[in-house]
Amino acid sequence: MPIQYYIILAACLFCIGVAGVLTRRNAIIVFMCIELMLNAVNLLLVAFSKMHYAAAVAKDAGTAAGTDAQLFVFFIMVVAAAEVSVGLAIIVMMYRNIHSVDINFLNRLKN
Amino acid sequence: MSTSEILFWSLSVLALFGAIMVVISKNPVHSVLWLIVVFFAISGHYLLLNAQFLAIVNIIVYAGAIMVLFLFVIMLMNLNKETEPQKNVWMKISGVVSGGLLLCVFISSVISAFDINGKTALTGGGDIGLIQNLGKVLFNVYAVPFEISSVLFLSAMVGAVVIGKKD
Repeated sequence: MPIQYYIILAACLFCIGVAGVLTRRNAIIVFMCIELMLNAVNLLLVAFSKMHYAAAVAKDAGTAAGTDAQLFVFFIMVVAAAEVSVGLAIIVMMYRNIHSVDINFLNRLKN
Repeated sequence: MSTSEILFWSLSVLALFGAIMVVISKNPVHSVLWLIVVFFAISGHYLLLNAQFLAIVNIIVYAGAIMVLFLFVIMLMNLNKETEPQKNVWMKISGVVSGGLLLCVFISSVISAFDINGKTALTGGGDIGLIQNLGKVLFNVYAVPFEISSVLFLSAMVGAVVIGKKD
């Protein structure tokens, strides 16, 4: 597959996530759109990893080029799992205090 | 059209459709279910690129753990009805337009980039995505970040308990 297809697919997924963050008011859906953006980046990293591998394997058959990118994806997943646990705890606490998950109520620092 | 091309296009259409349905669904539970569909489609892409370890981890961690956490929180708050107050329609239009403009910038930069002309991502071949290679590199080169990430998990766990505790 040409690498441009993967880049454009990941860009479409990322921009759908951006549009979701900008248009929705439910805090949980905003959070899910952030997860969508993280996954678009992960897909792009894996595609680039295989692109570098395809370029390197033509010169050296036993190469391991591109392994680093797949480990970066692994670490991104680790950080995303930690982030989700803390973020959902924050959303639960916010719901307990103001009985809503509307992010437009979170403007008390404005004045 | 080869098998991998058919798989690529069908998985891409599934992923994009699911992502759009995540954004436009009124019910948060439906959004979560469509997001699981997107994760499965992305795992299919990983399998197509022969990154088998990441495909399995993506399903187990994202679709299995994180999405169940989202569902728990949604059902805990009883949000599974259409209670979301509607935003101003101009705000929605401007959000969609700015997302589309960002996509235009990305696509134009991809089209005009000459470094990646003719480069292909190898589908179906190569063994760098197998768990043997990844495990060797992870525990030789990236052993310290691996241990640091375990400390990160511990701190996230303690933080979630402290934040969620009733005061």
